Amino acid sequence: MSELEEPLRAELTVEYPFTRTTGTVIGAFMTGLREKRLFGIKRSDGSVLVPPLEYDPVSSEPLTEMVEVSQSGIVETWTWIDPPRPQSPWDAPHALALIRLDGADTSMLHAVLVGSPSEMRTGMRVTARWKEERVGHIADLEGFIQETEETDS
Amino acid sequence: MTDPNSPPASLSQQVKIPESISGLEPVRSVRSPIRLVYDFVPSPPVQEYLRSYSKKKILGHRSPIDGAVFVPPRGVDPRHGVLIEESVELSDRGHVGNFCVTHLPIPGRDDLDTPYVSAWIHLDGASVGFLGLVAGCENDEVHIGMRVQAVWKKEEELGNTAENILFWKPTGEPAVPIEKAGNRAWDQTNE
Repeated sequence: MSELEEPLRAELTVEYPFTRTTGTVIGAFMTGLREKRLFGIKRSDGSVLVPPLEYDPVSSEPLTEMVEVSQSGIVETWTWIDPPRPQSPWDAPHALALIRLDGADTSMLHAVLVGSPSEMRTGMRVTARWKEERVGHIADLEGFIQETEETDS
Repeated sequence: MTDPNSPPASLSQQVKIPESISGLEPVRSVRSPIRLVYDFVPSPPVQEYLRSYSKKKILGHRSPIDGAVFVPPRGVDPRHGVLIEESVELSDRGHVGNFCVTHLPIPGRDDLDTPYVSAWIHLDGASVGFLGLVAGCENDEVHIGMRVQAVWKKEEELGNTAENILFWKPTGEPAVPIEKAGNRAWDQTNE
């Protein structure tokens, strides 16, 4: 190979069309999303994990009591995404935040759909925005928006 | 602590589903496709290997330790951890070392009509096999040891790619005896 020759290169794609079985607990969480409801699971000390897990992360004991939590909560921490990656579910710049819903003791990762990072702050209150068509997938939850008196429920 | 051998809660104990969704058809699975697009820049030996394809040549690498020939060339003998610099031009004929008849379509490969045969092709002069499609005969005629040769794309369609070889077709020559086919011969030399 000549030193001056341009190296060969090619854009390659690896793709696996997985279907994942959910089990009872995650399945119930997904079913809830389809019904515009958010569910967590109760630990033995009464604290609530959202999203739910099948086992206690500390004691490993099986968890069985699912409970509904609020659709609103607070932003615990966040980062600004601009531009979103090509495979992102979101086309526009947005925040990715850890959101602790009222009634939950853990936070879940999701988008906060605001126009600019100046509209974001740690501790702000947000509320869920749902898609019209829902299939039982995390993307049924389009994201969270700032909670106002109107959105407050 | 929970016995790690005990079945998951969802099997051993009743998970309490909230009433608001308990009567509904539950979600049992989610599609979670994984996709990675990346820019591939081959190593120098593979660059040379791919460029040779445009001249309808298949290159291998010969180990300085025992003369074993690897294809595709990777620049090393992975068994001994030594660099390889000697290229060898290989024949575009060989035999089927192992094969598999696939009846299910592969997503994204609409050009492959099922059932099709993929095989480890052991080129004459090579010590290892590499993957290829076998066609030009009935699938049930394919057998271990069957002699095959490359069917190349037309001259004007040749590129720097292994896709220049459309498939491998039977030559009609006497088959390689099964005990010498594929890596079986390799195992015998090394014992």
